[in-house]
Amino acid sequence: MSQLAKTSAPTPGGSALLASTVIGGLLFFFAALFSDDPLFRFQALIFVAAAVIAGFALTAGVSGKLFRDEPDRYMDGVVKAGVIATMFWGAVGMLVGVVIAAQLSWPDLLYFPEIGWLNFGRLRPLHTSGVIFAFGGNALICTSFYVVQRTCRARLFGGMLSWFVFWGYQLFIVLAATGYLAGITQSKEYAEPEWLVDLWLTIVWVAYLLVFLGTIWKRKEPHIYVANWFYLAFIVTIALLHVVNNLALPVSPLHHRSYSLFSGVQDALTQWWYGHNAVGFFLTAGFLAMMYYFVPKRVERPVYSYRLSIVHFWALIFIYIWAGPHHLHYTALPQWAQTLGMTFSIMLWMPSWGGMINGLMTLSGAWDKLRTDPVVRMMVVSIAFYGMSTFEGPVMSIRAVNALSHYTDWTIGHVHSGALGWVGFISFGAMYCLVPWLWKKNGLYSNRLVEWHFWIATTGILLYICAMWVSGIMEGLMWREYTPEGFLAWSFIETVSAKHIENVIRMLGGLMYLSGILIMIFNLWRTVKLPSVERTDALSAPLPAAA
Amino acid sequence: MSLWKHHGKLERHSLLLIIGIVVVVSIGGLVEIAPLFWLQSTIEKVDGVRPYTPLELAGRDIYIREGCYTCHSQMIRPLRDEVERYGHYSLAAESMYDHPFQWGSKRTGPDLARVGGKYSDTWHRDHLVDPRSVVPESVMPPYAFLASKDLPVSDIRAKMQAMTALGVPYTQDALDNAVTDLQAQADPFSTDAVALRKRYGAKVVNRDFDGDPDRITEMDALIAYLQMLGTMVDLRTYQAAEPANQR
Repeated sequence: MSQLAKTSAPTPGGSALLASTVIGGLLFFFAALFSDDPLFRFQALIFVAAAVIAGFALTAGVSGKLFRDEPDRYMDGVVKAGVIATMFWGAVGMLVGVVIAAQLSWPDLLYFPEIGWLNFGRLRPLHTSGVIFAFGGNALICTSFYVVQRTCRARLFGGMLSWFVFWGYQLFIVLAATGYLAGITQSKEYAEPEWLVDLWLTIVWVAYLLVFLGTIWKRKEPHIYVANWFYLAFIVTIALLHVVNNLALPVSPLHHRSYSLFSGVQDALTQWWYGHNAVGFFLTAGFLAMMYYFVPKRVERPVYSYRLSIVHFWALIFIYIWAGPHHLHYTALPQWAQTLGMTFSIMLWMPSWGGMINGLMTLSGAWDKLRTDPVVRMMVVSIAFYGMSTFEGPVMSIRAVNALSHYTDWTIGHVHSGALGWVGFISFGAMYCLVPWLWKKNGLYSNRLVEWHFWIATTGILLYICAMWVSGIMEGLMWREYTPEGFLAWSFIETVSAKHIENVIRMLGGLMYLSGILIMIFNLWRTVKLPSVERTDALSAPLPAAA
Repeated sequence: MSLWKHHGKLERHSLLLIIGIVVVVSIGGLVEIAPLFWLQSTIEKVDGVRPYTPLELAGRDIYIREGCYTCHSQMIRPLRDEVERYGHYSLAAESMYDHPFQWGSKRTGPDLARVGGKYSDTWHRDHLVDPRSVVPESVMPPYAFLASKDLPVSDIRAKMQAMTALGVPYTQDALDNAVTDLQAQADPFSTDAVALRKRYGAKVVNRDFDGDPDRITEMDALIAYLQMLGTMVDLRTYQAAEPANQR
């Protein structure tokens, strides 16, 4: 330790960060003072509160010389914080999901006429953003910080900048979440935050790109590892999508509301170009990166095929971008655009399965681990769900199928087989790997609890998606059913009441999935409490076998 | 094979890799989205489509704020059952002033693209206050609080100005009279309603939408917006088969 102390110096950037925090805090204080829009004031005051807290923390850190830079060690504090944030937001986001599923099952019990912020319309974006951006985003940021250091054999670039990314991203989540409850939304699905919060996320995201890229530039390995291609594609493309889809004109610089630069058809396609690639680059490319590091590392086998990873990487990112119009079949969007979207969506099946095959076949020679290691089983089932939903997606993008499935619960089921099965399980697998590695433990507190988590969550997913298949296809068929006399057979409300049982089953499935994550949090917490062991953690640690 | 060796360059130079990624992900969006700003079928004008009145615009902002789009679509597809259930399929022009669009993606509740005029104002108010009082099987949340909240009017002009900057053709006259027009539309006895109709068309009706004559509430604005939906274009005279309307 004494040798390390000699090489440690104050982490660069602490004072600069403190200065910008003070300036930013003052700016927002005056903005809150001069705005006569209560919702703008509300968000500005959250910024002020964040600046005050950050100001105190930074002052204490800089003056007490608490921020130490240890150039020959990996920067793992921010990764640890990311693991905790991932688990916390995961539980919150999924809890909100269970609540809104229950609202659709028992509207009389869970709605309150005078409490607007608890209504489905405001909680639904809280659930989607909570799970995608808070849970998924934190999982992506923290694993990317871990993976890029190990595969480049370099400490994170930028000193305090990675902490700014972490806390800045948490502030974005708090602003977005409280904003939805207060009624601040621009109504673009998965891009609901308004202009002020969008600008903040842009700043954080550029800092994230800088940290990630800077670490790659510092690398001591000649080649950039395949996981980092996917992380890089995810970071760069999300920046592009976020900026273009959120182009908007604020009502005034001190008003929370803005209006989208585009309208009607143009706005619809821009939104679904964004929306589908939030799936493609946030929920797919980013989590494939996770797969490409944690699966080979955990099963101690190299990635199955290097060439397959090249082909499916470029094919995936090229084709995904075209798929957006399949959200707009039979709408006022010109038919050639719909056809292009459908064609590329079907083609997308191949590169998606390229990723699935590359992930699954990495287990070659280690299939026994499926039986002995529940964490491996979780990741393998995750890849299987990825394969399932990337087959279902192209089917649903076919215009004739979409005529039935669009606007129904089938879409909701499809999204959840991807989100709960693929995104959720691969993240859980990565977290189960990371916690013992980061906190230097021999292993997890209990593998039996991982078994419980696995089976409860898997059953929950199956209940969820089967219920949504039944209710979605049922309502789609009921909407278009005619009586022999040529009248529509069902009024709309009859199709609503017909779904009651499926709604209840869906809520139960979600509850089981949530119980799984609570078991996981308990297990991880007990793991952290275990006695630590010495682990080599210096930059000379061996790379994953796959590199 | 040499192709794999060439890929090695991308793996060793992060900037080349980024440039490759940006080029590859730009193509699809450019090919699909850019033409929509020039193609006739997506920028055509149809008789009757007009900017929203101040009260309707305020109502639309409430529709967005409450997340109505999470359960209601505003896009009728040209399928037999939809046209029979909801009315004429939606035209691109009908959402040309929607910044942002409200087509939606889910029908937990029915489509609203042509809900205007289908129910009375009283039905809408009762339904919004307590949906299950008029539709027992409904799963919709109650919106009773809208009826007790005064509609803020101070920012309506700024909102219309922002819309104008984005290309919505509000006249200077309409901007100057934003607050008067808003109040006129919610008052059945208003003398300013003549000017309101002159600016926004003869179909605009001034009524007390929420049944509370003493004040203009958020309920007034939301019902005014709902009652307008899908009523702008006269679909008895609209000829889909006309060459100008063919795509």
